[in-house]
Amino acid sequence: MTETIVAVVKRDCPTCALIEPVLADLVDRGVVSVVHRENDDAGLEASWHLRIETVPALVRGDQRIVGWSRSQWEEFTGVAGLGEGLPDYRPGCGSRTVEPGLADELAVRFNGSSLRSRRVPLAELEDEAEALFDRGWTDGLPVVAPTEARVLRMLGGTSRGADEVVAVVPPDLVECTVEKVAVNAVMAGCRPEYLPVVLAAVEAACTERFNIHGLLATTYFSGPVVIVNGPIARAIGMNSGVNALGQGNRANATIGRALQLVIRNVGGGRPGGVDRATLGNPGKYTFCFAEDEEGSPWEPLSVERGLDPGVSAVTLFAGEGPRGVVDQASRTPESLARSFAGTLRTVANPKLPLAFDAFVVVSPEHARVFREGGWSKARLREELLTLLTIDGSELVRGAGGCDEGIPEALGGASWPKFRPDGLWFVHAGGTAGMFSAIIGGWINGETGSQAVTMEVGS
Amino acid sequence: MNARVVLDPTGERSPAVRQRVERPASLEGRTVGLLDISKARGDKFLDRLSQLREERGLRVARFRKPTFAKVAPVDLKHEISTTCDVVIEALAD
Repeated sequence: MTETIVAVVKRDCPTCALIEPVLADLVDRGVVSVVHRENDDAGLEASWHLRIETVPALVRGDQRIVGWSRSQWEEFTGVAGLGEGLPDYRPGCGSRTVEPGLADELAVRFNGSSLRSRRVPLAELEDEAEALFDRGWTDGLPVVAPTEARVLRMLGGTSRGADEVVAVVPPDLVECTVEKVAVNAVMAGCRPEYLPVVLAAVEAACTERFNIHGLLATTYFSGPVVIVNGPIARAIGMNSGVNALGQGNRANATIGRALQLVIRNVGGGRPGGVDRATLGNPGKYTFCFAEDEEGSPWEPLSVERGLDPGVSAVTLFAGEGPRGVVDQASRTPESLARSFAGTLRTVANPKLPLAFDAFVVVSPEHARVFREGGWSKARLREELLTLLTIDGSELVRGAGGCDEGIPEALGGASWPKFRPDGLWFVHAGGTAGMFSAIIGGWINGETGSQAVTMEVGS
Repeated sequence: MNARVVLDPTGERSPAVRQRVERPASLEGRTVGLLDISKARGDKFLDRLSQLREERGLRVARFRKPTFAKVAPVDLKHEISTTCDVVIEALAD
């Protein structure tokens, strides 16, 4: 044996009381170096740091045994004939460190100092919810108070270090740590297991490619839309089915909200400040949903965008509010594609080509038409690009009695409504209803925002 | 553990303690609110202050809390904050 053994016990555990003579014997022999007792603060702290869940426990490095089993203890300690007269086996008891109520308090007491965020004491007479509004920390809806205990619990949702920098968040260009994301995730109402998705969304939003700074500052409607793929969507209970773009699912609602709170609080991006939206859209509170991969006739969005199947991912898109496409009659992909094209042409303005991308959220009943017709996503995109190649004479300023449009000089050619990589499809929604949705984009390409797909870490 | 301590969710570029509104350099052209908290003879004190302000040509608005034993009602606070530039409160008897 190269390392000594430490023991952890608590007072009101009958098994701990039973094996006291055994521990005394092992201490005498020099096999056990120290006995931590959870009844005093030092013992409790030692137990907490050793992550003891059951007592009595014997710990040597990474190895540990819990409860009392003579044969196990003899093997672990290398001492034969332990606990003469004792029963062969007795189960242990729960450690005080995992007692409900106490566990959170201990996390703050022994680990709270690891948190770097400024502590803000609330005055005695302040209502907690009002206090957070008053400080300008909310999006207009109430938030959950980010206490140390809640933030520590949130941080349990990731294996990343609290002080790790996730992104530099515009517009103030502040280095945002995992901890700051966790604080805002608590406020948004996230559960700890959502945190990896929020972290990926924040990281993706703050890339040069996505350009959250420009998206925030624009007078246009758009905000970040978060689409989640892979096993994590189901693992954390996200909605990709009935009312997928709507209210009522905690993960959908709070992940998108947490991202926006990070932009607001850490980045300093606030409506009326750097956010100059003329009208905005309700999705700027939160706009996050999962793709229904199982029911889809196509490969998942994240796979089409280059990740391996089975990898959890977020895709961020600078989107406005969804507009509906109703088609209850088409039974062939050729016909249904024409309905899609008609609505897609209205993105931004029917007379403006190429400047705006779009995501099409294809519902199960519409997807069925494409499945039965044998259309792949690539085929659908190709057909739509063809249907949406418009004669310049229809698009020029003044055409159709409308002054908006492309310059007269460009009127001689035909123009595609979308760039070849500006049209994307995702499968979601309830199984009843021949309705799909189009989420129009913002200025696309290098001068605006490009969709970003990023793997969700642990 | 103090449940009333929260962690700052911001980039921490401004002070955690909210700043007071700056003291005006002059009361010229401003409305002075006089708040009686309903303590005995607070009204006498404020009557005198009111007289002094008005002699200087300042606008004065009078307010009264229903009871000194409770914080001011929200409506009263709202009215004071939207109609006055400064407030003088008669706190004790």
